[in-house]
Amino acid sequence: MPEKTRIRPPVIELASTRTKEFVRESEALFWVFGFPLILALALGFAFREKPPDKVPVAIVAGPNAQQRFAALQKSPALLPRIMSEQEARDALRRGKVSLLIEGSDAVVFRFDATRPDAQSARREADDALQTAAGRRNVIVTREERVHEQGARYIDFLIPGLLGMNLMGTGMWSMGFTIANARMKKLLKRLVATPMRKTDYLIAQFLSRLIWLLIEVTVLVAFGWLVFGVRVNGPIAVLAILCIIGGFSFSGLGLLTASRARTIEAVSGLMNFIMMPMWLCSGVFFSYERFPDAVKPIIRLLPLTLLNDALRAVINDAAGLPQIATKLALLAAWGLVTFVIGLKVFRWQ
Amino acid sequence: MPDVIACRNLRKYFADVKAVDGLDLSVANGECFGLLGPNGAGKTTTIEILEGLTKPDSGDVEILGLTWLKHERELRERIGISLQETQLTEKLTVFETLRLFRSFYRHGYDPEDLLRDLSLDEKRDARVGKLSGGQRQRLGVACALVGNPDVLFLDEPTTGLDPQSRLQLWDIVQRFREKGGTVLLTTHYMEEAQRLCDRVAIVDHGHLIALGTPAELIAKLEARNVIEFTSEPALPKEIVEAIGACAGVTAHNEGWLLRVHSLAEAVPQLIAAVEREGAKLVSLSTHEATLEDLFVSLTGRELRDA
Repeated sequence: MPEKTRIRPPVIELASTRTKEFVRESEALFWVFGFPLILALALGFAFREKPPDKVPVAIVAGPNAQQRFAALQKSPALLPRIMSEQEARDALRRGKVSLLIEGSDAVVFRFDATRPDAQSARREADDALQTAAGRRNVIVTREERVHEQGARYIDFLIPGLLGMNLMGTGMWSMGFTIANARMKKLLKRLVATPMRKTDYLIAQFLSRLIWLLIEVTVLVAFGWLVFGVRVNGPIAVLAILCIIGGFSFSGLGLLTASRARTIEAVSGLMNFIMMPMWLCSGVFFSYERFPDAVKPIIRLLPLTLLNDALRAVINDAAGLPQIATKLALLAAWGLVTFVIGLKVFRWQ
Repeated sequence: MPDVIACRNLRKYFADVKAVDGLDLSVANGECFGLLGPNGAGKTTTIEILEGLTKPDSGDVEILGLTWLKHERELRERIGISLQETQLTEKLTVFETLRLFRSFYRHGYDPEDLLRDLSLDEKRDARVGKLSGGQRQRLGVACALVGNPDVLFLDEPTTGLDPQSRLQLWDIVQRFREKGGTVLLTTHYMEEAQRLCDRVAIVDHGHLIALGTPAELIAKLEARNVIEFTSEPALPKEIVEAIGACAGVTAHNEGWLLRVHSLAEAVPQLIAAVEREGAKLVSLSTHEATLEDLFVSLTGRELRDA
């Protein structure tokens, strides 16, 4: 019997229906594209280049107040104001000023030592007052501000956001789809056909791959056009890295969703797995701040591997050889989680 | 010709229920076989064991002379399944869904032709989420038929459907049988079993309690008619049972159900008994005996609320 409808292989059919389903789900589109862009925009502006903020300082009204005010106003880092004693103490307590200056002859600095800007304000104010009183510096110093491409916070942030997004969408798209299909007995219906189980899972990943490439392109282009964050390494290496990173998180998502019976259970598990990586894997700040003892563990987390490799390629122009180890480790994460996930998978 | 579906001594216990408790069934080629019973009788567990989706604790299953353990893939190619509660992806269209299912099978129907056969061609490009219950159920059966199976398993195919949708589904099953297909279905609708099935197995608490053609089963009642009546005050059971033409009595809605051979004999006796007891007849109706009445006579309970 001649067939009018062309039937493509099951993997392709599964991947294409999965993709259509995703396009028709407008909320999902927002989380993949809208959310990271808004986040990048907000953070980018929050940390955009601008002169450092002046630290507010309160001077308690008194005989020396005007003189001290004049001295402090010369400092580019301080914003002095004269207040009554009560006013000044309230302002310090509420954090409206970081430093309080009082005392008649001897200057008294009053501040909360745990506030970093208070420490620097104290030094800055001390300097200004001493200089105004006639102190001469012994050696000559000068400042050179760093504005180099690739050294700004946004240069650090964009690869981190890219990594975070690959993790989030990779895990959610796998986890959510699978848990949903299981809950609606769709998985059970599918295994009641001759469909190969691996086809289903491979199709999930293939469909994911299409979105992943679009998602990466959008975010990288956004970083470049809006903030001037350039990809210094080869684009092809970046693409390979993103695909392997995406695979790694799809595997992790599959494993997470392999047995959960409800969306709620999957959500909980996902957050439990992703939260430590959001915090530790250097998305928003470098993990170098963590104690030395835990750093080797942090470096092996998939998001750390991905973020480090992304920064190497985007900021430091690394090529394939420099990130080969990280790529291999990422691929291993994907492979191991995929195989275990498939093994323990609950189809009904 | 060996049986198309055969199982022996099937057992499946869950933590607190014996869902299937020693069941033997055999379905011949081309037959439409119905598993009939109330909710919780073990029908779904039984059909899912036969479909290879649930593993029995013990017992053997052979479908088309093959076993699930050794020939899963071939069996999946040759049977079609409609589950009780599958929710197909709502965002896909009818055609996309059917084409997806078609891709899993080596041989089968063109989705376009099948949609036309099942009167779903008008809904070809509608999203599954927008379909009515009857259309959804037809699409479910279309997905079961698209691989041109030899055997069709339907779990409660018409539950919750309106009468017209039910007729459409029965028609699809009839046409599948005309092409030589074998059907196993579960239902708790007597009418469905009587209309569609060559043979019916009545199950309750995982046991087979009656097996035969619908006519044979009704004959087991030894009564062609059923009288349903209530009186004020209610008559005691001994009085009702003493009515000569009566083959069986069951309490029902504060009154009694009487299974009788002959209405002509039984009704006058009943009215006489009511008068003798000084009671007043509140309601009286009669109908031809159905499988429902057999279930009531076998278990003392009704199918729908048992």
